[in-house]
Amino acid sequence: MQPAALSDLVRRASDLGPAAAGLGTDRLLPVASQLRDLLPGYGLRRGSTVAVAPGAPGTTSLLLALLAEASRAGSWCAVVGVPALGLLAASELGIALDRFAVVPHPGPEWPAVAATLLDGFDLVVVSVKDIAASVCAQLAARARQRGSVLVPFGSGWDGAEVTLSVTESRWYGVGEGSRRRITVAARGRGAAARPRRGQVWLPGPPVEEETQRLRVVR
Amino acid sequence: MLVWCPDWPVIAAGIVDGAPAAGPVAVVGDNRVIACSPSARAAGVRRNLRKRDAQARCPELVVVPDDPARDARAFEPVVAAVEEVVAGVAVVRPGVCAFTARGPARYFGTEEAAAERVVEQIAVECAVEAQIGVADGTFAALLAARLGRHVPAGRTAAFLAELPVSALERPALVGLLDRLGVRTLGAFAALNPADVLARFGLDGALAHRLAAGKDDRPLAVRSPPPDLEVEERPEEPIERVDVAAFAARALAERLHEKLAAYGLACTRLAITAVTADGRELHREWRHDGILTATAIADRTRWQLDGWLSTRVYGSRDRRRLAVGEESQLSNKNKPAGGIVLLRLAPEGVLAQVGLQPGLWGEAGAERDRAHRAMHRVQGLLGPEAVLRGVLGGGADPARRATLVPWGEEYVPASPDGPWPDRLLSPFPVLLPAPVAVEVTDLAGVPVAVSGRLALSGIPALVSGVPILAWTGPFPLDERWWDVRRGRARVRFQVVLGDGRQLLLEHHRATWSAVADFD
Repeated sequence: MQPAALSDLVRRASDLGPAAAGLGTDRLLPVASQLRDLLPGYGLRRGSTVAVAPGAPGTTSLLLALLAEASRAGSWCAVVGVPALGLLAASELGIALDRFAVVPHPGPEWPAVAATLLDGFDLVVVSVKDIAASVCAQLAARARQRGSVLVPFGSGWDGAEVTLSVTESRWYGVGEGSRRRITVAARGRGAAARPRRGQVWLPGPPVEEETQRLRVVR
Repeated sequence: MLVWCPDWPVIAAGIVDGAPAAGPVAVVGDNRVIACSPSARAAGVRRNLRKRDAQARCPELVVVPDDPARDARAFEPVVAAVEEVVAGVAVVRPGVCAFTARGPARYFGTEEAAAERVVEQIAVECAVEAQIGVADGTFAALLAARLGRHVPAGRTAAFLAELPVSALERPALVGLLDRLGVRTLGAFAALNPADVLARFGLDGALAHRLAAGKDDRPLAVRSPPPDLEVEERPEEPIERVDVAAFAARALAERLHEKLAAYGLACTRLAITAVTADGRELHREWRHDGILTATAIADRTRWQLDGWLSTRVYGSRDRRRLAVGEESQLSNKNKPAGGIVLLRLAPEGVLAQVGLQPGLWGEAGAERDRAHRAMHRVQGLLGPEAVLRGVLGGGADPARRATLVPWGEEYVPASPDGPWPDRLLSPFPVLLPAPVAVEVTDLAGVPVAVSGRLALSGIPALVSGVPILAWTGPFPLDERWWDVRRGRARVRFQVVLGDGRQLLLEHHRATWSAVADFD
C-alpha cells in the first residue's frame, strides 16, 4: 500500500465524534459546529458552568450562538437580567422563541430566580457582575445537581469549567447582508485547561457565492 | 305555541347598535330590504325592495346592514325570558321561537293564559313586543302568530285552507302553483300526494304536507347554557393579600370542579371584585393553554394582590411590553374598604378532551418542568416578570419581537406583513434605550440630514469614535397621517473603529444610537 493511501486512513483523535471518543453523549447538549472545538467534549455538558466573559464586541451574539443549537434541538433556555436582548436576532441565530424565557429585571432576588430556573431549564443564562464567590458556588452546585447548564454572562465569575470570550471582531460589510467573524478564546480548567481559539462567523458561516463578495471593513 | 317578534332584524339593530326603532329603519342585505320598521312600512318601504328604491320612497330612512349574528345575539335574552316561564324552547330562527303548548296550557289553566304570561314576561324582561300563535305544527303556528289567531287543536287544516300559497315562502313553487291555478293552501292540499311528489319533487311534497296541516317535524329543543360563574361573598371584607389568596384558592377549585363536571376547560378567565365602596373591578386573563385549578388560583391571587396593594407589575418595562389593555392593571387607586364580592367567570371555554402530549416532546416532561419553574418565578416576581417573545411585523426591530408575559395569549403587537421599512438581516442583538450621540464629519462639524435626505457632510465620527463604513440614509416615515404619534426618522447603520456596528437614528436634528449589533 502506498504511504499516501495510508495517510488518508489516519485521522486525528479530535476529528472523531464524541461517541467515538467515549464520552456520554446523553449528558451533552449540542452546540453549533463552529463552536464545537472550543468546548471540552464538543458540546455543553449537563451540570457544567460555561461562562461568557466580556471582551471585544460580539459577546452577546456569541452567547446567543452558544444557546442556539441546543434550543433548536428542543432544550428550554432562560435568560436572567439582560433587559435589552433583541429577540429577533435570537430567533435569527437559531433560538426557538417558544422555548425561550426572558426575565429582564430579576431584582435583588436574582440568585433565587436563577436557582429556580435551573430546576426547570436546560440552559440558564445569568447576567453577572462581580458577584460574591459563595453565590457562584451555590449556583454552580445547583446546576450540577439538576443537570442543567449554567451560563454566567459578564465579568467576575469564578470557577467556570470553560470561559469563552471574544478577542477580535471584524465586520464584513455594513447594514443589510453584512456578516462578521469573531475570534473566540476559550480557557478553563480540567479538560479545558489548554487554551483554545476558534473563529466563528455570525449570524452563520458565509455560503460559497458570498465569499467572493465579502470584504472586511477596516 | 310560537312566539314571533315582528321585524326582528330591525329590533335587534335597535338593541345592539342603537338604531332608532321608532323612526323609519330598514335592514338591508345584498342591496335588498330584509326587514323594515312600521313607520318605514307606512312610507311605502317593503321587503325585497332595492335599497335605492326604498330610500326614494322614504328619504329619511336609516339603513342598517344585515347581520344574522347580531340578530341571534339579541334574541338570546328573549329566549332566556321565555325559558323562565316555559320549558323546552326551540329557536326556529332569530325572532321566532316555539314550544309545545300542552304543558304550559295545563300549568296556567288555558292556552290563552299561558300565551299572555309569555308575552308579559318578554315585555318585562326585554322590553320587546311579541305575538303568540297557537296551532298544530310550527308552520301553521307562525302563520297564526302573524295573523294574531288562536287555532284550536284539530282545526289547523281548516285555518290553513283559506290562506294563499305564497305563505309557503317558496317563490319558485308558488309561482308555478299560481300559473296552474292553485291559489290557496286548501286547493294545494287537496291534490293527490303521489302526484305532488312526482311533479314537484321532495321539497314540493314537504310543502304539500305543511299546507295540509300535517307539520309533524319535532321541535329541536335547546338546552339552556349552564351557569358557570362562581362567586364568593366573604363575611368580612377582604383587605389583606393572604386572606385574598385563601379565598382565591377555594373559589378557583370550585370553578374548576364546576367546569370539570360539564367536561369543559377554561382558556380565558374574568375576575370581578366588588369593593365595599361599591366599585367594580374587572380584569380578563388570557392563557395560551388550558387553565388548571392552580393556574386559576394563581391568576386570581395575582389580581387580588394587584388590587389590594397598589403595586403595578412590570411597570419598569412598560415601554417594551406592548401587550395592550390586557396587561394594564386597573389599580390606579387602591379599593377603599376591601373586597366584599369576588366572582370568577370563564369567558372562553372549550371541551376538555384530555391532555395531548406532543409527538416530539414539545409538550412532554421537559415542558412541564420548565413551566413549573416559570410559574415559581412568576410567584416570586409577579406574573409580568417572566416574558416570552413572539415575532410579528414592524419597522423597528424592537417592535418585531413583542414580549408577552409567560402563559398569556401569544399575540404580536403588530401583525406580520410586507413592512417595506423593516430592517433586514443581520438583526441587532441589543436594543437598549436610545442613547444620544454626536455624529460629525472629519472637521468636527455636526452632520445634519435635510428633509430631502441630503447630508451636510460625510459622517466620520460617532461621539469621537471613527466610522469605518456606513450605509444610509434610510427614511422611515411612520404614521405620517397621525399628528401626535407620527414620527419621521432617518436610519443609518455604521461600523465603528472599535468593532461595533450600530443602528443610528436621526430625528429632528438629533442623533441617537438605538440598537447595537453586539
